[in-house]
Amino acid sequence: MASTLLRTSPVIRGALRASGAIKPAVGIASTTFVRGKATLPDLKYDYGALEPHISGKIMELHHKKHHQTYVTGLNTALETIAEAESKGDFTKAASVAPLLNFHGGGHLNHSLFWENLAPASREGGGEPSGVLKTAINEDFGSFDTFRKQMNTALAGIQGSGWAWLVKDKQSGTLGLVTRANQDPVTGQYVPLLGIDAWEHAYYLQYENRKAEYFEAIWNVINWKTVGSRFEKA
Amino acid sequence: MVNLGTLVQYLALQGGPQQQQQQILSGDQFNMSLITETTYTLPSLPYAYDALEPHISSQIMTLHHDKHHQAYVDGLNAALKGLVAAVKANDLPAQIALQPRIRFHGGGHINHALFWANLAPAGSEETNADKVAGGLVSAIEGVWGSMEGFRKEFGAALVGIQGSGWGWLVKDGQTLKIVTTKDQDPIVGGEVPIFGVDMWEHAYYLQYLNVKAKYVENIWNVINWKTAEERFLGERDDVFEALRAALKF
Repeated sequence: MASTLLRTSPVIRGALRASGAIKPAVGIASTTFVRGKATLPDLKYDYGALEPHISGKIMELHHKKHHQTYVTGLNTALETIAEAESKGDFTKAASVAPLLNFHGGGHLNHSLFWENLAPASREGGGEPSGVLKTAINEDFGSFDTFRKQMNTALAGIQGSGWAWLVKDKQSGTLGLVTRANQDPVTGQYVPLLGIDAWEHAYYLQYENRKAEYFEAIWNVINWKTVGSRFEKA
Repeated sequence: MVNLGTLVQYLALQGGPQQQQQQILSGDQFNMSLITETTYTLPSLPYAYDALEPHISSQIMTLHHDKHHQAYVDGLNAALKGLVAAVKANDLPAQIALQPRIRFHGGGHINHALFWANLAPAGSEETNADKVAGGLVSAIEGVWGSMEGFRKEFGAALVGIQGSGWGWLVKDGQTLKIVTTKDQDPIVGGEVPIFGVDMWEHAYYLQYLNVKAKYVENIWNVINWKTAEERFLGERDDVFEALRAALKF
């Protein structure tokens, strides 16, 4: 069983993988921050490029409207905090924390999401290779088991949220986590692959049949991006 | 027998105030040993699927009722079946492990059943607040100054929900309050739910896409103020009693 494998020798494997090098945090190439202002990153593919797995209409609304709303909300939250700070009103600054978490998380999550997707005709789909493939086999038993566990985690989300393949910085092993709403993956986990389980991510095409969306999305996962995040983590 | 009344009390045990939990336990209203398997069923809509057009499309209503609400009913039945088995087996860890599913699916069932009943076709007498909800309207004006002031505040609360959830007008003792709840958390504390608005994306996305403020604006055309008035004049038990009757146990 994968869960057994996960517990065999995480410390040893983690030590092997870390191999003494201290790596910088994973950067998000296309997320630009100009003087503290967040901006909407461009997609590296056309809105229709993930069809038939994710429709062009979903991609366009998701990027242009939903992600933009998080960017705008994040900037508003940051401005409110800066203004409150300049007046020494720390109570006001602290009260913005939930909005900062929600919109900041929404911006980070979507930025990571667009980059870990790719058209099925290009890098999308297939299976991971290299060290990531080895790590998935070690920590989940097999790629197929990992996929099934990820889909179970996605299906089990009650409400809006995300499921992530993560690297645990403490143990060095891979794991699955879910996050409510737009809570970002932070702390001991490095996000490698995120799948958006909000209804706006699939409803226009899959309606209530979310299991079909969770099946289809594997055709457009960019394993090159996920692998490179893993190697930098 | 687990009926909707005891389900509400059961959910209140998990999240209600300590004092109320004790009342429920000592009042012999809820007895775990009386639990036997029962099957919840999907209540019929009190109007046609297209009756709320153009404010809520027929396609949304069909999916929302036939698929989403049905999934909560199925999920609740499966979770309760597990609970009954766990109670009979004296398996406390299993009983505790089932709580989130009972809360989610049980809450989903209660919330949607209350929601369908607090909507009505636009232009029908039930949607005329001044005519059918005199008591509630004056209570709202007492708290928010005017109906317009209330609608503004309720709308802001709805739009401000982060993720999936509901907005409710509730009666809390002698006063009215706007509360928002996450996911399918039900109103099962001491408050009386007067009416609720579903802010899950599945409630509006096919028609309103990302423009949820427009859905919130239009929902006022289809609020059933007659039902709201009845819930306002009644007590918490009356609301769930009416619901239980509607679900035909």
